[in-house]
Amino acid sequence: MKLIFERSMEGHQCSLVPRSDVPAASLPEKQMRRSTLRLPELSETELSRHYTELSKQAYGVNDGFYPLGSCTMKYNPAVNEEAARLKGFAALHPLQPESTVQGAMEVLYRAEQILCQVTAMDEMTFQPAAGAHGEFTGLLLIKAYHEARKDSARRKIIVPDSAHGTNPASAAMCGFTVVNIPSNAQGGVDIDALRAAVGEDTAGLMLTNPNTLGIFDPNILEITKIVHEAGGLCYYDGANLNAIMGNARPGDMGFDVIHLNLHKTFSTPHGGGGPGSGAVGVKKQLAPYLPAPHVMKTEKGFTFERAAQSLGQVKAFYGNFLVVVRALCYMLMLGGDGMQEASENAVLNANYLRMLLAPNCKVATDGLCMHEFVLDLGEIKKETGVSAMDVAKAMLDEGMHAPTMYFPLIVHEALMFEPTETESKQTLDEAAQTVNALLQAAFTDPERLHNAPSRTPIGRPDDVQAARKPVLRYSFENQ
Amino acid sequence: MGSFVPSNPKEREEMLKTVGVESFRDLYRAVPEALLLPREKLNVPDGVSEPEAMRAMETMAEKNRVFRAVLRGAGAYWHYIPAIVGRVTSKEQFLTAYTPYQAEISQGVLQSIFEYQTMMCELTGMAVSNASVYDGATAAAEAAAMCVDRKRSTVYLSKALAPDVIRTVQTYCWGANRQVRLIPVKDGLTDLEALKGMLAEDSAAAGVIFAQPNYFGNLEDCAGLIELTHQAGAKAVMSVNPIAMGLLQTPGELGADIAVGEGQPLGMPMGFGGPYLGFMCASQELFRHLPGRIVGETTDAQGKRCYVLTLQAREQHIRREKAASNICSNQALCAMTAAVYLAAMGAEGITKTARLCYDKAHYLAAELEKIGLKRRDEADFFHEFVTETDCAEKLLVALEAKGILGGLPVENGVLWCCTEQCDRSVMDEVVAICREAMA
Repeated sequence: MKLIFERSMEGHQCSLVPRSDVPAASLPEKQMRRSTLRLPELSETELSRHYTELSKQAYGVNDGFYPLGSCTMKYNPAVNEEAARLKGFAALHPLQPESTVQGAMEVLYRAEQILCQVTAMDEMTFQPAAGAHGEFTGLLLIKAYHEARKDSARRKIIVPDSAHGTNPASAAMCGFTVVNIPSNAQGGVDIDALRAAVGEDTAGLMLTNPNTLGIFDPNILEITKIVHEAGGLCYYDGANLNAIMGNARPGDMGFDVIHLNLHKTFSTPHGGGGPGSGAVGVKKQLAPYLPAPHVMKTEKGFTFERAAQSLGQVKAFYGNFLVVVRALCYMLMLGGDGMQEASENAVLNANYLRMLLAPNCKVATDGLCMHEFVLDLGEIKKETGVSAMDVAKAMLDEGMHAPTMYFPLIVHEALMFEPTETESKQTLDEAAQTVNALLQAAFTDPERLHNAPSRTPIGRPDDVQAARKPVLRYSFENQ
Repeated sequence: MGSFVPSNPKEREEMLKTVGVESFRDLYRAVPEALLLPREKLNVPDGVSEPEAMRAMETMAEKNRVFRAVLRGAGAYWHYIPAIVGRVTSKEQFLTAYTPYQAEISQGVLQSIFEYQTMMCELTGMAVSNASVYDGATAAAEAAAMCVDRKRSTVYLSKALAPDVIRTVQTYCWGANRQVRLIPVKDGLTDLEALKGMLAEDSAAAGVIFAQPNYFGNLEDCAGLIELTHQAGAKAVMSVNPIAMGLLQTPGELGADIAVGEGQPLGMPMGFGGPYLGFMCASQELFRHLPGRIVGETTDAQGKRCYVLTLQAREQHIRREKAASNICSNQALCAMTAAVYLAAMGAEGITKTARLCYDKAHYLAAELEKIGLKRRDEADFFHEFVTETDCAEKLLVALEAKGILGGLPVENGVLWCCTEQCDRSVMDEVVAICREAMA
């Protein structure tokens, strides 16, 4: 495909600048830009066709099956988009007088109320813009809590080795030392290792439950108890909340702080990598430290409050507000009953797909899974040379998105499937048939898999070359 | 209830049977009984149909006031959004895609980011751009982290940065146990003399962050600030307004080490504060220290030009606790929005728009001065400026009554903003309303 700069023709343009109706003011010469600004010059037709061509080489949930584990690629309801485009939301300046944005503040308030019910938390902030940003915020809350109690020796965060890479990275950004603990055979927390790790220096534990192997940790109550008894706090990574939404609540499990990915569990679109929303909920004892401003309901209506002990801001204004609008619209539509139905079917779909694939490949865990499961291709690779990567790339040829590859790190040839509740039985049947055929082809025609994909717009890219000789922008050398 | 589950009871029965369980509750066998929530214990009302949900959303939207003219900036700007921008970015292939990990089926998204990176480099005059961060405030916070090394850990922030930016950088620095020092403001500009004094006694100065134009709309002596910063062995971080880059000297021309800013003016609605776009560009020397996603060009197995997420050895999924930042997916669609906007406007459009903002703000400032609302500062300014008044509230209420969102009340004055959308007739009206309110 041509780059937009290669389509540029001098003098082509759209009609977007109004005529000036004021006199020209004099400009301070020393402040003026001197270099030429090289932006593409295109008419609207050319611009439209360029992006339409790009869109044909992109793949969204609307294009087909998207079983990307831990990413919860559920269908994004169209009505959410309509709600976010309402002028009464989209055209609001963030610093308008509070009396003129009562409806917007109501959105934040209602979303907080519902999500506190779903998570069994007491208060929530929408300021964090993404899951990783939510982790950062949640850990800062833990830091603020211990600092306020002058319990400053608590500088260690315990993270199981099955965790997302953002967990340890977030802990490090908050000045914590990371203590990695091993998982047990089911990918759950090794209770003895946890007991050995906690102490007077424990600030908290970060946990994803169900974990990244798709297993709900049966020892969850004991785990949170061990951490609390040591004086630490428990952080719930909400990446996998879709498994239990409305059916079980992190707050009831003993967690003190949680981040949600509204772009996963609550159906807002991923946008090719954002914007999302990493809402953070807390139990009462952490609420005073929440980022400011925070919406409160008073007799006179909604108002923004900056609590004296607030840890400050993690972002400008109130977070990705229009993402919260979409999520609220979804939550109103589903309601409590719809949320339960959604998570139950997410678990059903995952187990159904697991049953269909299990005859052809080892599943990393025994028995029922929650909303996702991991195939372990270790034995297939040993026998045939075909890797998880090969199978994932061959799936692209079949018109599907690949599962999450090589994660969690504790399974070496991992393919992590999360079908979500918005796929039909028919889709799952067809997908299973396709994947099973590929797993069988590993034995009969491994070359085909090594060479996949062959029907996609490009073949496998040379990642090494990209990193060794970085070309990170267009050079304009041809012009 | 509303539902997006595409199966009927018979299909669900069949699937449960295949799985080998009797009921949905059986699927949750691993969850301790005491934790399982019966419907009546979940205090969330039952769901509704789409039209009912939409009506509820509309009712909330209608409780907000949409002003016919917005003369308030301070971090969010009222620019025209070309129709093509919304059309392109709402294409479902872009909208509903995940982060482009599978390059073979994601060239459209990857190429759009590569084009975005190029445009941001052009706009700021810097060598390298990342694929985006959350917003302008977090971009400044990430830039602060880039400046820090083992020997240098103090971050200097101009008090002429937006309050939200200052607060956000302070939070990030508190998290990472870094010291922040605030540089005072004199006559609406970062106080060079004060900074000189502060840097002279500090061998741990890591970086100096300031804005151009600054929070008060004034144009800083960037060359002077950067020179002082470099003399102290620290890195200079400029937070710039992207539209202003059509007119003003760029961070690249001025020799800044890092350029950051709020990308909202590039085609994003004000949206009550988000989603916006943080852009981050750096000099060639610093590109490996940039946080977040970066797209690079390479070739596929057949030698065909293509694009991938690259330099991932910097990132959290590889380095875990040793990563410089935890950022992963953030604002990709907003970066695409900015790219479509910049491509639609072209260089001429951006430059003319910057010029319109400049001229209109200077027109309004002059007209307000005629009725006694004098500018607080003497410095040159771009499209925002502060007028002194002790009756800000009165003026703003009068404007609000006429459907106009006036400037932002600040200490002893009002911070005004004019974009290309401020018609002269509206500005004349603003002046008349203010005159009347002050009488």
